[in-house]
Amino acid sequence: MKFSSATAFLAAMTLSGAAMAEEVTPTAVMYDEGSVSASLTGVPGDPANGRMIVGSKKFGNCIACHEVTDLKDQPFHGEIGPTLDGAGDRWSAAELRGIVSNAKLMFEGTMMPAFYKTEGFVRPGNAYTGKAADDTFGPILSAQQIEDVVAYLATLKE
Amino acid sequence: MKNRSLKVIGGVAASLMLVVTSLSAEPVDDTLTVNEEMTLVTRTAAPAHLSDIMDEVISGWHFRGTETRAMQADDFDNPGMIFVEAGEDSWNTAEGSEGKSCADCHGDAADSMKGVRATYPKFSEAAGKVITVENQVNDCRENRMGAEKWKYAGGDMVNMTALIASVSRGMPVNVAIDGPAKETWELGKELYYTRTGQLELSCANCHEDNYGNMIRADHLSQGQINGFPVYRLKNTKLNSVHARFKGCVRDTRAETYSPGSPEFVALELYVASRGNGLSVEGPSVRN
Ligand code: HEC
Ligand code: HEC
Repeated sequence: MKFSSATAFLAAMTLSGAAMAEEVTPTAVMYDEGSVSASLTGVPGDPANGRMIVGSKKFGNCIACHEVTDLKDQPFHGEIGPTLDGAGDRWSAAELRGIVSNAKLMFEGTMMPAFYKTEGFVRPGNAYTGKAADDTFGPILSAQQIEDVVAYLATLKE
Repeated sequence: MKNRSLKVIGGVAASLMLVVTSLSAEPVDDTLTVNEEMTLVTRTAAPAHLSDIMDEVISGWHFRGTETRAMQADDFDNPGMIFVEAGEDSWNTAEGSEGKSCADCHGDAADSMKGVRATYPKFSEAAGKVITVENQVNDCRENRMGAEKWKYAGGDMVNMTALIASVSRGMPVNVAIDGPAKETWELGKELYYTRTGQLELSCANCHEDNYGNMIRADHLSQGQINGFPVYRLKNTKLNSVHARFKGCVRDTRAETYSPGSPEFVALELYVASRGNGLSVEGPSVRN
């Protein structure tokens, strides 16, 4: 049972690491009508890193589906979802945290993927290899990356 | 028909046009006439089983750029035709313990294979299940030629399917979805609407709800398969239907099915039926 020993190891690390704030695991996130009021890490998000994640194919790749004027230095923004311009006006930080973590709880049936979720998938794969998920399977973004994205979205004001 | 004249413009001008073509979200209004003689049906009324969902079915050709569309309009410019020739060579080559070629049993592919692509996948009494063109080719190889089966989505097989598609070009796709094929079709339909992988996306999310929209740099089409096999400028080879399915499923961060699997055969039947009425186009050109 590699997986459970890895989990135990991580848990031990988290407990012993005094400097490490307690991280909310994907299965422990408390949603209230799609919103998540508590930070997932207790560490304030870094909007600059959030900006990178939203634009990068390797991380959030949010602009695959959304247009963001602030990211026009990057080519090719998708047209699947609404523009994220003004998202910081339309939504509170708690709502944005909920939307990015698991948008399905805010928008029923939405096409937007859940970025902080580890359960309930049909044929989950190992990233983009086409192979089955293995022990390394985790959420698409880490807790801190979610916080960074939320911090960045909060800066998108009209 | 503003783009009809493109074919007479030289290759240099055509590639210049590629540079200035902006990414437009609508399927292009254009007509596909191959070799100035065969006009293909690339948009038509949706088949009855889709009528609650969409009015019109549209070939992927309409979603590609000016230059890519032009390449498909002339067999000399269509890189897929080289593979048709390779398929013809193996059509005429005797192989296996019986020392026979396809031609020994079937004569000229242009006559005997005409119409085949349009009706496959289809239920085979002999096999007792729905089979694809690839299944039939391998059945002939194994049982009539005494030859090794080809890899389902390998080069030899794709070349052969290119030959078989090419002789049906212009004929309407017309796969049967009822009778003994119905159960397989239902399975294919279920797979089409199942949201797979960590991104939880179904075929329908991209190709039914969002065709015409950009997803990052890609202009989403209806994901029709009337043009297969497809020569893709991106990987400069001919791609089979199941290889494309595999790529799309992989892109949902899912564990894919394998080419030739019962799931992909069923999905192929279902997706083919969404294109009933469109012309067979293979080998087509896409980016
Ligand atoms: C595969 C497509 C897709 C991807 C990828 C995607 N989204 Fe979305 N997103 C949507 C859709 C569609 C909606 C509209 C909600 C609905 O379905 O009604 C949406 C809605 C939103 C909203 C609410 C927009 C508003 O102001 O009304 C925010 C904020 C958002 N997304 C942020 C993100 C971020 C951040 C990422 C990446 C970490 C991301 N999205 C990735 C499809 C996507
Ligand atoms: C995340 C989005 C996405 C999903 C989900 C998806 N596809 Fe695709 N598919 C694409 C893109 C992008 C292309 C290339 C542009 C185009 O032709 O639409 C493509 C192309 C295709 C093509 C080639 C069309 C042509 O004319 O060459 C077929 C066939 C296809 N998809 C079928 C499927 C099937 C079947 C499924 C489900 C098993 C599926 N796709 C799921 C994004 C997707």
